[in-house]
Amino acid sequence: MDKVVSRAGIWFGILLLALMGSAAAHDRPFAIHMLIVALAAGIGLIVTVKAPDYAALRRGLVRLPDEGRYDDDPIRWGVIATLFWGMAGFLAGLFIALQLAFPWLNVEPYLNFGRVRPLHTSAVIFAFGGNALIATSYYVVQRTCRARLAFPQLARFVFWGYQMFIVLAATGYLLGVTQSKEYAEPEWYTDWWLTVVWLAYLAVFVGTIVKRSEPHIYVANWFYLAFIVTVAMLHVVNNLDMPVSLLGSKSYPLFAGVQGALVQWWYGHNAVGFFLTAGFLAMMYYFVPKQAERPVYSYRLSIIHFWSLIFLYIWAGPHHLHYTALPDWAQTLGMVFSVMLWMPSWGGMINGLMTLNGAWDKVRTDPIIRMMVMALAFYGMSTFEGPMLSIKSVNSLSHYTDWTIGHVHSGALGWNGMITFASMYYLVPRLWGRERLYSLRMVNWHFWLATLGIVFYAASMWVAGITQGLMWREYGPDGYLVNSFAETVAAIHPMYVARAAGGLMYLSGAVIMVINVWATILGKQRAEAPLHAAAFNPEKDRPLVPAPAAAEA
Amino acid sequence: MNHSTYEFLRQIADSWVLVAMAAVFLVLIAWPFRPGSKPRNSDAANLIFKDENDGE
Repeated sequence: MDKVVSRAGIWFGILLLALMGSAAAHDRPFAIHMLIVALAAGIGLIVTVKAPDYAALRRGLVRLPDEGRYDDDPIRWGVIATLFWGMAGFLAGLFIALQLAFPWLNVEPYLNFGRVRPLHTSAVIFAFGGNALIATSYYVVQRTCRARLAFPQLARFVFWGYQMFIVLAATGYLLGVTQSKEYAEPEWYTDWWLTVVWLAYLAVFVGTIVKRSEPHIYVANWFYLAFIVTVAMLHVVNNLDMPVSLLGSKSYPLFAGVQGALVQWWYGHNAVGFFLTAGFLAMMYYFVPKQAERPVYSYRLSIIHFWSLIFLYIWAGPHHLHYTALPDWAQTLGMVFSVMLWMPSWGGMINGLMTLNGAWDKVRTDPIIRMMVMALAFYGMSTFEGPMLSIKSVNSLSHYTDWTIGHVHSGALGWNGMITFASMYYLVPRLWGRERLYSLRMVNWHFWLATLGIVFYAASMWVAGITQGLMWREYGPDGYLVNSFAETVAAIHPMYVARAAGGLMYLSGAVIMVINVWATILGKQRAEAPLHAAAFNPEKDRPLVPAPAAAEA
Repeated sequence: MNHSTYEFLRQIADSWVLVAMAAVFLVLIAWPFRPGSKPRNSDAANLIFKDENDGE
C-alpha cells in the first residue's frame, strides 16, 4: 500500500513539474512537449491508483513473479507496438515518396517533406525496428539463458519509456524541433530521456544474462549486447549538446565544423552497423535456426562474424564524407574498412543460408522460412552494394543521388523488414498460445507483395541515381555544366512514381500482416488449403485386383 | 588541445594501439578454433533447442 502511495506521489510530482515547465516554456513546441509529458504522467497516475487489487493488499497478499515462467507481457506489447509503428512509418514513407513525385502534397508547414522525412526514418528505424529489437531481445535472452527476465518493473519502464521517446521525437519533428543531424534529430531533452531508458534496457538485459542457468551465452545475445552497448555510446557522444535554456527546445552541439560532421557520421554509420545490423543479426541467429529446426550452420563462423563486425564497422563512418573537408587519410580509412566489411557480412549471410542445408524444401513449404531466406539474400546484396558505393570513385558518381536511397531501402526493406516480419510471425502464435497463425497463405501474399515492392523500389532508385549522377557531372565543350538541377529532377519523375508504387506494395503487404496477426491474437484460424501437400488420390488408393478371367467356355 | 598532444596521441594510435587491437582481434577469432572446442561449439549451437516449451 505504501508503495502505491509513494508511486502515485512520484507521478503527481512529475505531472506538476511538467505543467510548470509548460507554463514557463520559452517556445511553443517545448510547451506542447511538456503538456505531452504531463498527460503521460496523468495516465501513469491513474493506472497506479486504479490497477492494484486493494482487497488483496489489505489481506497482506503480495503477488510474486513466478520464476518458473517466462515474463512475456512486455514482449506481447512490443510485438503490437512494432506492428503499429511499422504501419505509421511505412505510411509516412509512402507519403513522402508521393510528395517527391507530386510536390503539391507538401502541406505547409507541418506536413512538408522536410518535417515528415525524419518522421518516416525515425518511425521505421527507431519505432518499428527498435520495438522489434526490444521485444525479440527480451524473448531471446530469456529462452537462451533459460531464466526469467531480470528487473520486471524496469523492463516495463523500458517499454513505456521508449514509446514516450518515440512520441516526443515524432511530434517534435512535425513541430519543427530538430538538431538537423540525420537519424539524431531529436533535441536535447528527448536525447537525455532516451539515455535514461537505454541504460535501464542495458540493466535488464545484462541482469538477465547474469542470472542465466545456461553456462554458455548464446551468440545472439552477444549481438544484442553489442547493439545495446554501442548504441548507448554513439547516442551519448553524438548528442553532447548545450541547451540554450532548460525550458526551451534549442541546443547547440559541442563539436563544430568537420569534427562535428565526423562525429555525426561515426554515429550515423554505426547506427546502421549496430542498430540495423548487429541487433537484427541477433534475431537472425535465433529465429532462423528455430524456424528451420536445425542449429546454425557453423557456430565458429558466427563468432568470427561477430568479432569482425565489431572491429571493422566502427571505422567505416567516414565514407559518408568523401570529397569533403575531412582529411584525405580519414576518407581512405573509412573506405578501406567499408570494403573489408564485405567479408564478415557475407560470412554471416552464408552462415544463415547454410543453416537450411538439408532443409531447403522448407523454402517451398514454409513462407516464414522463405521470408528469412529473402532477408538474408538482401543482407548479402546490400552489404555488397555498400562497400562498392564506399569506394571513392564509385562514390563520386553515387553520392547525393537516389542510388544511396535505393541502397538504404534494399537493406531496410529487404533485410530489416523481412527478418522482422518473419520473427513476428514466429512469435505471435507462441506468445498468445495459439496453435498456428490465422493464415499461412496470407504470409505468402505478404512475402510476394513485399518482395515485388522492394524490386520496384531498388530498381527505380538505381536508374534515378545513375541518371542524376551522370547528368550532374556532364560538361559541354564550352566547359559549362550541361544540365540545370531542375532538368535532372524532371528526368527522374517517372522513377519517383515507380518508387511510390513499390512503397505502396510494401505497405499493402504489411496491412495483410496486421490483419493476419490480429486474427491470430483473437484465436481465429482461417480454413484454407495447406501450402504444400504430397499428392494423394483416394480414388486410386485401392489394391490392384486382377480382372476376373472371362468365363471359360 | 595543443599540437604536441595530438601528435603524441596519433603516434601511439598508429603504432602500439594498432598492434594491440590487431592482436586482440586475432586471439578472439582464433579462440573458437582452439583444440577441444568442437563439442563446446556444437553444444552452444544446439542450446536453443533444449527449451521446447516456448511461451506460456
